[in-house]
Amino acid sequence: MIVIRTPGRLSVRLHPRVLAVGAVCLLLTVGVGVLAVGHGEYPMSPADVLRTLTGGGSAAEEFIVTQLRLPRLVTGLAVGTALGLAGAVFQALVRNPLGSPDVLGFTQGAATGALVVVAVGGSSAALAGSAALGGVVTGLLIYLIAWRRGVHGYRLVLVGIGMSAILTGVNGYLMTRVPLMSASRAMLWLTGSLDGRGWSDAVPLLVALVVLVPALLACAPALRMTELGDDAASGLGVSVHRMRMLLLAGAVLLVALSAAAAGPVPFVALTAPHLARRLTRAPGVTLLPAALIGALIIVVADQVALRALPGQLPVGVVTGVIGGGYLVWLLATERRAGRL
Amino acid sequence: MSTSRLGGNGLRLAYDRRVVAEDLTVAVPDRSFTVIIGPNACGKSTLLRALSRLLKPAAGAVLLDGADIHRLSARAVARTLGLLPQSPIAPDGIGVAELVARGRYPHQGLLRQWSPEDERIVAESMAATGVDDLGDRLVDELSGGQRQRVWLAMALAQQTPLLLLDEPTTYLDIAHQIEVLDLCARLHEEQGRTLVAVLHDLNHAARYATHLIAMRGGRVVAAGEPRRIVTAELVEEVFGLPCRVIDDPETGTPLVVPAARARAGTVAR
Repeated sequence: MIVIRTPGRLSVRLHPRVLAVGAVCLLLTVGVGVLAVGHGEYPMSPADVLRTLTGGGSAAEEFIVTQLRLPRLVTGLAVGTALGLAGAVFQALVRNPLGSPDVLGFTQGAATGALVVVAVGGSSAALAGSAALGGVVTGLLIYLIAWRRGVHGYRLVLVGIGMSAILTGVNGYLMTRVPLMSASRAMLWLTGSLDGRGWSDAVPLLVALVVLVPALLACAPALRMTELGDDAASGLGVSVHRMRMLLLAGAVLLVALSAAAAGPVPFVALTAPHLARRLTRAPGVTLLPAALIGALIIVVADQVALRALPGQLPVGVVTGVIGGGYLVWLLATERRAGRL
Repeated sequence: MSTSRLGGNGLRLAYDRRVVAEDLTVAVPDRSFTVIIGPNACGKSTLLRALSRLLKPAAGAVLLDGADIHRLSARAVARTLGLLPQSPIAPDGIGVAELVARGRYPHQGLLRQWSPEDERIVAESMAATGVDDLGDRLVDELSGGQRQRVWLAMALAQQTPLLLLDEPTTYLDIAHQIEVLDLCARLHEEQGRTLVAVLHDLNHAARYATHLIAMRGGRVVAAGEPRRIVTAELVEEVFGLPCRVIDDPETGTPLVVPAARARAGTVAR
């Protein structure tokens, strides 16, 4: 641990390993991002991409980069950041390594919102809005049902799992009501995809990130105190219930808006915080590294989906396979270590 | 009557609709080692929760330095009043020094994360509780007694004049119970802090407390210095236990000896 102090009694604590992991993640993300923008029917070298990004490209290059490829990349980055951060917040809130929006029902709620629009027919904007609404309403319902003199980890998990089961049923029903023509649209959305994303898809989530990332990060020290138990945290001066409500609301918003932008990309929210903890070797809450790793996972997964596999798979297929595989591996190693 | 920074007036303590205590009034004398005793479900832990701002009374008010504790911010309270709950959780893989450092939280801010003062106080707190040589060890690896001393160090690092302990000796064997209580008594004497603890063992309470609060059924039956109030009649009234009270041969404090064949209701001679 490094401590930086100013004569004015200010002091900041830095963990070298966390800094290093963050820096490596950022560099990798930028590198993969440049390659991603260069990839497509009109291939561009990284030098061309950088030249175009700094304003030195031809009109055609300018159009391809800023209107076709950058929105997809930025949407992916935003979704990954949002899911990584929200996943870390959920895991810390419910004190359970499986606490992720996929398990707690928020994702299913967003899917319900989206499927309703697909079933009755509506624009992409309506679909995105309805998905966001579905996620937020589900979050609100879970919160109201789980509330009993504050929200506690296990109640939240159990209520969330119940809600997720109900909504899975509802979604199955909606799928049967979807016109055959729209069924593939619904399936593609449910898998989570970045195909054809424009700036209008990214902007709502970007705005939310600008507000919520600093807000959630500011809660991190208090969140760390709740690892000691609610009573001990209160004794240390944390307003536990208020903090939990704020964090829950922020994380639900991030999940809902990222579902609106790219569909329910699976397992990123579950995997990113675990990777962050392992890489930083920091016990407990690691919000910022989880956000950075989430962004990196999505960008890499999208490139794998586009290049390594035939037939341009949606990104959700790759994160699902990687995330599921990682989870199984995690359970296997934890069991061997005798912890599970 | 001695002064009191912490106390409650006309408290009604309830969980939802289940009332635990009605019209309860208590005062914690300054610089005392106050121990709250009573049978199970008498409301002693509930009282401690109310005194530490964890539970909001349905009526009446807990006063800290004359102000309603629920009108003060959590952080302001945490700078005056520390709390060690019954079973705090040590996060996986946390080191001893790191855990003790968390006691500094109410004194820190976004841009005041680790001052030289924090560092000094954490070192002092670890020395005072005898865990200074465990700094790099993981909390998971420690024995029960060591772990409880680490938690006490964390509470000390909070640097509050008042410190509330909820059953600090539960789950410890007899040697570690005495070790922790000796430590509490030393902190009380040497650092002049006001300690409030809930204890199960009446003899421990009588030996270590300077001020005893005996509760039954949500009300205070007696309060005062153990030598003055611990009698066979009181123990019978509070716990329903026939007994004799003799002088503790070690300390001269009251020692409660349960009657033989207590169920018969007569004291054997």
